[in-house]
Amino acid sequence: MKKGYIEIDQELCKGCQICIAFCPKGSISPADKLNAAGYMPVKFDDNGECTGCATCALVCAEVVIEVYRD
Amino acid sequence: MKKVYSRPKSLKKATFHYCPGCGHSIVHRLLCEVFDELKIQDRVIGIPPPGCSVFAYNYLDVDMAESAHGRGAAVATGIKRACPEALPFTYQGDGDIAAIGTAETIHAANRGEKITSIFINNAVYGMTGGQMAPTTLLEQTTTTSPYGRDAALEGYPIKLSEMLALVKGAAYIERVAVNSPANIKKAKKAIKKAFQTQIDDLGYSLVEILSPCPTNWKMSPIESWKWVDEVMSKEYPLGVIKDITGEKDAD
Repeated sequence: MKKGYIEIDQELCKGCQICIAFCPKGSISPADKLNAAGYMPVKFDDNGECTGCATCALVCAEVVIEVYRD
Repeated sequence: MKKVYSRPKSLKKATFHYCPGCGHSIVHRLLCEVFDELKIQDRVIGIPPPGCSVFAYNYLDVDMAESAHGRGAAVATGIKRACPEALPFTYQGDGDIAAIGTAETIHAANRGEKITSIFINNAVYGMTGGQMAPTTLLEQTTTTSPYGRDAALEGYPIKLSEMLALVKGAAYIERVAVNSPANIKKAKKAIKKAFQTQIDDLGYSLVEILSPCPTNWKMSPIESWKWVDEVMSKEYPLGVIKDITGEKDAD
């Protein structure tokens, strides 16, 4: 069961992919289309596991991740 | 579900102009989180430097006064003496604080000015295209040291924080990095303590932050984060360099 989830503002994401490297559950992956700025943003896998640990938000340089937890 | 993490209140809703994976944007966010937690947004006056972070006023929702290159500590001194209730902080890169502004910084620390400096050390001149800085590591290649920095020709990496620790007016100096979740948490703690030092009128406080610059290091963001750990923090060891805040009275 999912304990949490994250919301990523893909229009502001610059695709540095640091959140992907640090997500302990591997639930973030590159999106499949570019955003308006020409960057490849990341997306949260809807079926992925998330504990709401907020590590992704902590390392996000663009402050585009919001974390929700039970 | 409850929201457990969102944008700090004092960080404006604007897209950073920094490159993907840059440490500046993380430090901006940490500063805003500290302003919110200490409830000092109305008292803080920032002094951004020439350099990549020259546009910091577009992001930090606090008062800002731009200074000439390297003169941040002098401007902050003026602000603090004119408005003692204000909390001026300088935000300076290595080209600013460790090259052109070394004299101002050392003398401000020596006078024990009650100001805070945030020193972003990325070992190159970022905005101008990755030239060698005084903080560039030995054998590191930059656009102006294409064969690597040679000590015989260009000297050694300068350790400004250790130099400032010898100065009597400095109360709190710590070196941190923003290259992993644990280090980012430590960096926030250090920034908070630096502002607390100023609020308590204990003296000069400085936080040196090793910050990745993927573009000028010619690395991917994640490689640059690892490089800080594997190479840069060997030359610039992390940790508290000077802390006399516990020895002085808070009033």
